[in-house]
Amino acid sequence: MIVINERLCKDCRYCVKFCPKQILETGSQRNSRGHFYPVVTEPEKCISCGICATMCPEGAIELPAKGDE
Amino acid sequence: MAEYKRSTLIADSPSGYCPGCLHSLATRLVSDVIEELGQGDNSLNVISVGCSALNILYWGGDFLSVAHGRAPAAATGIKRSNPERLVFAYQGDGDLAAIGLSEIMSAANRGENFTVIFANNQTYGMTGGQMAPTTLIGQKTTTTVYGRDPATTGYPMKMCELISTLEAPCYVARFALNSPKGVREARAGIKKAFELQLQGKGFTFVELLTNCPTNWKMTPLQTLDYMNTNTIPYFKPGVYKDTEVDK
Repeated sequence: MIVINERLCKDCRYCVKFCPKQILETGSQRNSRGHFYPVVTEPEKCISCGICATMCPEGAIELPAKGDE
Repeated sequence: MAEYKRSTLIADSPSGYCPGCLHSLATRLVSDVIEELGQGDNSLNVISVGCSALNILYWGGDFLSVAHGRAPAAATGIKRSNPERLVFAYQGDGDLAAIGLSEIMSAANRGENFTVIFANNQTYGMTGGQMAPTTLIGQKTTTTVYGRDPATTGYPMKMCELISTLEAPCYVARFALNSPKGVREARAGIKKAFELQLQGKGFTFVELLTNCPTNWKMTPLQTLDYMNTNTIPYFKPGVYKDTEVDK
């Protein structure tokens, strides 16, 4: 399961576009810089593929090692 | 992907790049690869002028900020006096393909043992979106308001193709950062370039096709589609020279 550091997000929506399970969407909350950040709508469907983390320009999405979750 | 942790080589704050700018993705990729290679304390980033200079506040490792276009010249001196260090120049297209064309070609021709990371977003991002040598035919910028016309401004320069015609470079490759596949290939390419440098094989050049949502006047998602339909057909990704394979 991914961890989103919303503080770093700039609302580019690359993670939302490329999530193969389509379980990321732009939330209704803004971070301290005024950007809407993504939320995981159905965490149980996350397959930890890391595509969102691969595409995030800011490195705002991390994928913890198994066991650290 | 087994796990991913943000590199400590970049600041624990948002970058100075605009939202959706693939420049920040390029910077992140470079930092990830350096950390993976265990070269964090040994690396030296030669930062040029342009949007790449935003790394001055973002890059957590050693760096030197140099004059416009002169990063390959500065990197030559650094690498020759510190041959054990992992030295790379991080340049944009206005910097590398326009004012710094002489420096990059000369350094590549000498086969200097460092790496150049070339972020090509087809515009001068920092100064407000003027035409760069790599601007596509028909692409609108603030200095080509009706689109780039080759009759008056020539054709977009293909730096990978140019540099791969030289004898000395050992690895020349281009990757597009607008898809997960492209990003993973780019990461592997950057890693290979750094490994070749650490083995002392010679000059390595990695071009990364990026975007500029602000100056292309598009949303970040629109720029990814624009890259698919316009940028990638002209600047074809691929490995243009690899002396290890071509032997």
